[in-house]
Amino acid sequence: MTKFQVNGRDYDLDIDPDTPLLWVLRDELRLTGTKFGCGVAQCGACTVMLDGVPRRSCVTPISAVEGSEVTTIEGMEGPEITAVQAAWNEIDVPQCGWCQSGQIMSATALLQQVPSPTDDDINNAMAGNICRCATYVRIRQAIHAAAKTLEG
Amino acid sequence: MKHLTVMLVAGLIAASPVLAQDGLNGPDAFANITDQTERSAALFQEMGKVLTHPRCLNCHTVTGGPTQGDDMHAHEPPVVRGDADFGAPGMNCNTCHGTTNVGFSTEKGSIPGHDSWMLAPVSMGWQGVSLGEICAQIKDPARNGDRTLEDLYEHHAHDGLVGWGWDPGEGRKPAPGSQEIFGQLTRAWIDTGAACPG
Repeated sequence: MTKFQVNGRDYDLDIDPDTPLLWVLRDELRLTGTKFGCGVAQCGACTVMLDGVPRRSCVTPISAVEGSEVTTIEGMEGPEITAVQAAWNEIDVPQCGWCQSGQIMSATALLQQVPSPTDDDINNAMAGNICRCATYVRIRQAIHAAAKTLEG
Repeated sequence: MKHLTVMLVAGLIAASPVLAQDGLNGPDAFANITDQTERSAALFQEMGKVLTHPRCLNCHTVTGGPTQGDDMHAHEPPVVRGDADFGAPGMNCNTCHGTTNVGFSTEKGSIPGHDSWMLAPVSMGWQGVSLGEICAQIKDPARNGDRTLEDLYEHHAHDGLVGWGWDPGEGRKPAPGSQEIFGQLTRAWIDTGAACPG
């Protein structure tokens, strides 16, 4: 049995300990906002928060989250995610949208740690999130816009 | 013919040095070097087979972020060192690397992991550095994390992250020999005066 919390709710699942967290989120808990992209931690589409910091769920066995708190895109709250969502809407960032929940998770984590990021900060934090539609320019613009909103 | 081949192979195996294990000799292989300082330097030279192996060097870079693979190419995705040798805010080592190696679910291979997965500090950078310079650096408490020679022995012989070099997960070649032999070499190197190769 693996005990952990997802979006504030307790779970106690009898599941193969090697099962990736991503599989559990999508197939068992039906939280499909977190996407499968590559399965090998190269694209960032599966990013969730594990105890408050970003984590690629495709390479995280469920046994590794015992006692931890997982937050998916569906459960994100707080000023940073609110600012990021508003900026994403305002700038119309997504094209196909597949990678965007991962992009938003990483962008939010960056703003939680660096409230006014430079272009370099953004490049470094977002380098692991690939967008096949190449929306990178709008992603960067939206992160700067969200940072400005957070400044007040 | 088949029997002859088997006998030849068996003969070749029997003729190989008994102390060598996957290319790493134990301290006994250097017992015939009578000059103690020369023997010590030779022991470090042998330790160098581990120290300069890609499993170690990939995270002992002299600047910037880690490299990966046996050809030590740039890490993918691009990763910077960061202030704490742990990546950038928003994407640090633990964003992908956990506390154990994890096999991929959809293809062959694995993502490496261990407790305290992070880059060695710049002061312990080894890529492109001569073995003599690595030796001087590894003995210098100002650059080796304030370790005594005994601390170094413990680190080489028993540290789990060092030991990962011999258990690197599917898709990666382990460092030569074993941590046990590496520890024995370190012990013998220290006991003979911890001399550095020229």
